[in-house]
Amino acid sequence: MRVMAQMGMVMNLDKCIGCHTCSVTCKQAWTNRAGTEYVWFNNVETRPGQGYPRRYEDQETWKGGWELTHRGNLKLKAGGRVQKLLGIFASPVQPKLADYYEPWTYDYQTLVEAPLGDDFPVARPKSLITGDNTKITWSANWDDNLGGSSEMGHLDPIVATLNEKVRRASEDKVRFELEQTFMFYLPRICEHCLNPSCMASCPSGAIYKREEDGIVLVDQDRCRGWRQCITGCPYKKIYFNHKSGKAEKCTFCYPRIEVGLPTVCSETCVGRLRYLGLFLYDADRVTEAATTPDEGDLYEAQLDLLLDPNDPEVVAAARRDGIPDDWMDAARRSPVYALAKTYRVALPLHPEYRTMPMVWYVPPLSPIVDVLSSQGHDAEDQGVLFGAIEALRIPVDYLAELFTAGRTDIVTAVLQKLAAMRAYMRDVSLGRDGDPSIPEAVGMSEEALYEMYRLMAIAKYADRYVIPSAHVERAHELEELGCSLDYDEGPGMYESGPFGEASGRPAPVAVETFNALRQRQTSDSPTSTTASGELRGRVNLLNWDGNGAPDGLFPDTPREATTAEEQR
Amino acid sequence: MSTFLWGVLPYLCIASLVGGTIWRYRYDKFGWTTRSSQLYESRLLRIGSPLFHFGILLVFIGHVGGLVIPESWTEAVGVGEGLYHFNALLFGGIAGVCTLVGILILVYRRRTTGPVFMATTKNDKLMYVLLVAAILLGLWTTLVSVGAGHEAHNYRETVSPWFRSVFLLRPDDAAMAAAPIQFHIHSIVGMLLFALWPFTRLVHAFTAPLHYLFRPYIVYRSRDQRGQGSRSPRPGWSSVGTSDRERRP
Repeated sequence: MRVMAQMGMVMNLDKCIGCHTCSVTCKQAWTNRAGTEYVWFNNVETRPGQGYPRRYEDQETWKGGWELTHRGNLKLKAGGRVQKLLGIFASPVQPKLADYYEPWTYDYQTLVEAPLGDDFPVARPKSLITGDNTKITWSANWDDNLGGSSEMGHLDPIVATLNEKVRRASEDKVRFELEQTFMFYLPRICEHCLNPSCMASCPSGAIYKREEDGIVLVDQDRCRGWRQCITGCPYKKIYFNHKSGKAEKCTFCYPRIEVGLPTVCSETCVGRLRYLGLFLYDADRVTEAATTPDEGDLYEAQLDLLLDPNDPEVVAAARRDGIPDDWMDAARRSPVYALAKTYRVALPLHPEYRTMPMVWYVPPLSPIVDVLSSQGHDAEDQGVLFGAIEALRIPVDYLAELFTAGRTDIVTAVLQKLAAMRAYMRDVSLGRDGDPSIPEAVGMSEEALYEMYRLMAIAKYADRYVIPSAHVERAHELEELGCSLDYDEGPGMYESGPFGEASGRPAPVAVETFNALRQRQTSDSPTSTTASGELRGRVNLLNWDGNGAPDGLFPDTPREATTAEEQR
Repeated sequence: MSTFLWGVLPYLCIASLVGGTIWRYRYDKFGWTTRSSQLYESRLLRIGSPLFHFGILLVFIGHVGGLVIPESWTEAVGVGEGLYHFNALLFGGIAGVCTLVGILILVYRRRTTGPVFMATTKNDKLMYVLLVAAILLGLWTTLVSVGAGHEAHNYRETVSPWFRSVFLLRPDDAAMAAAPIQFHIHSIVGMLLFALWPFTRLVHAFTAPLHYLFRPYIVYRSRDQRGQGSRSPRPGWSSVGTSDRERRP
């Protein structure tokens, strides 16, 4: 047994309202640079839907993840090492920009500068790739809230799979008629897998997993832009920066995690649906678990990898393997371990890709509850809910394709726990005695159910995010680990260096951030175009970080007043 | 003139190639990339790029064979001059044509695909001119040799000895001077291309990922320097470090 720690995330999909705040804040923090316009480290998909990039889950097309050979060994679905090297000159399976979307901006200048005339000036969309006028036809969440689902819903690879399975029945199983439809949101970040296929695909060996916290990063100095990782990742969560020619991916906000702060997506999540914490896992058994023959058993195999931080044997092994005591303590209090292993309500996304993803999801009960309510049932009554979970096959089948490689029994068990929690807690919160038969029906004790309720419903900040900070005695090693994404310095950022765009040494993040902050403090002056111009050069207080007094923080003292004062 | 071209210029180019590569590797690892444009366009790339790259790999092997291996060695294993030349011209010609067609497709694609053209730097354009010129001139020497039939110039008695002598630090410029003009121009353009090499995107060839065949699939790295470790402090010019940035032993 080799104990390793892994930062993990759990998302409670019942709470996701699809507001995209996580995506936007993540983008502002990490990918608001030239070359990464189409890059969403975090994106939110409406399911059923095609996802981003379009139909990424269709691995027969995209060849992401692992598969088993006849002899039961793991093999990259896109091919072995030699095959990958032979295809390096033009990566054979590669999403094009059209599979994402062509990023655009609007020609806002026209609105301000158009000459006086009879027609209203229009800000036309301009492609950020070519600079020409463009027609917006797709984006990262174009089919948001089932937009266009009646026409495009069947393009969802999971819907296609489900419909294929019941083709003998004359009707499609998942239908996109308004009165029958269902939907939920699926926020996605990099899975920071235990057995990452992007890493295995990288010819340069630039992608690595940090021993300390399992975060998967791309070494920007070693990436040569061979693009194989993009094919390799079944979740398509590695993107190609078309300006710098390097692969970029979600960093799990490692600079924040190292100092004990939650990731940007978690911190800003309006629904507070994200949980962050440590998993301990047995690194020696990862390959063995990933080679489980039956796809349906992969969820259990992955769960088996997670080690109980209270087990004395694990504690001893962890100490031997150099995991600090405060990290062990954090592992014991880990909300993600509790949700995934103790309560078994969190499920991995697409375990059948065999990458052992470490971002887990609590499947949503709400499609079922919504349908029941609309039919006039008491949607929180245990009996009604339990029966309905089985009866309403569509969401369960759909969720099973997402989270358990088709095992509906696992999803049903999770949904029953969630239903039991609602039914039990309704009694409690209405001042009645809790019905002990409800937790019993799902194999839990009343105490455990109540604890699960506390973690999932109350979800205090400190309970949601249990992040042990990296060790202070190593602090000087943390700075500039060598995978930092450089920071937008405004228009000058990718100015041609001597050897083309983006050459030259990237400035340290701290320096760039300082410069960017200074630039923001002084450049964003919306009133500078006013005729009087008296606010020109003034600091926008919304952008002031509270430190120091930059030029323009205070208004200039009018010259006359000063002289008058001096005279007095 | 002959001394400069065949006795001095090679060393200047080698200095530029070696020194430039080391310098770039230390100074500009972040810029060391293929700068792939596959995201913008992949239909033409899928034809042109493999054609060019596999072609130029064969051309490279052919050059190594012709320049490095002395004629006496091939004769010793029973490959006569006639047979050798026939093979060299046949396979060299095929590989050269593949390379040329490949790069013409790539240049056409670069010029006609809007986003790809916009991502093309002046540096790229200069490099393309030299590269295409080197390939064209190389094919020209092949054509002249084919046309001449049995009277073809045997470059393995002129160019190749000169090439080897350069690396033995006794440049035999007289041998090279005896070669026909097409070999002269091809060699000069080739030397210039190699001199420019480290300063263009061509550097990606030096990091051809052959080690991929042997490395483990999963890569762990530690923040701690005891393991295989993340990199030491920034490469390049020595860091302006304070003592607390020095790593404890």
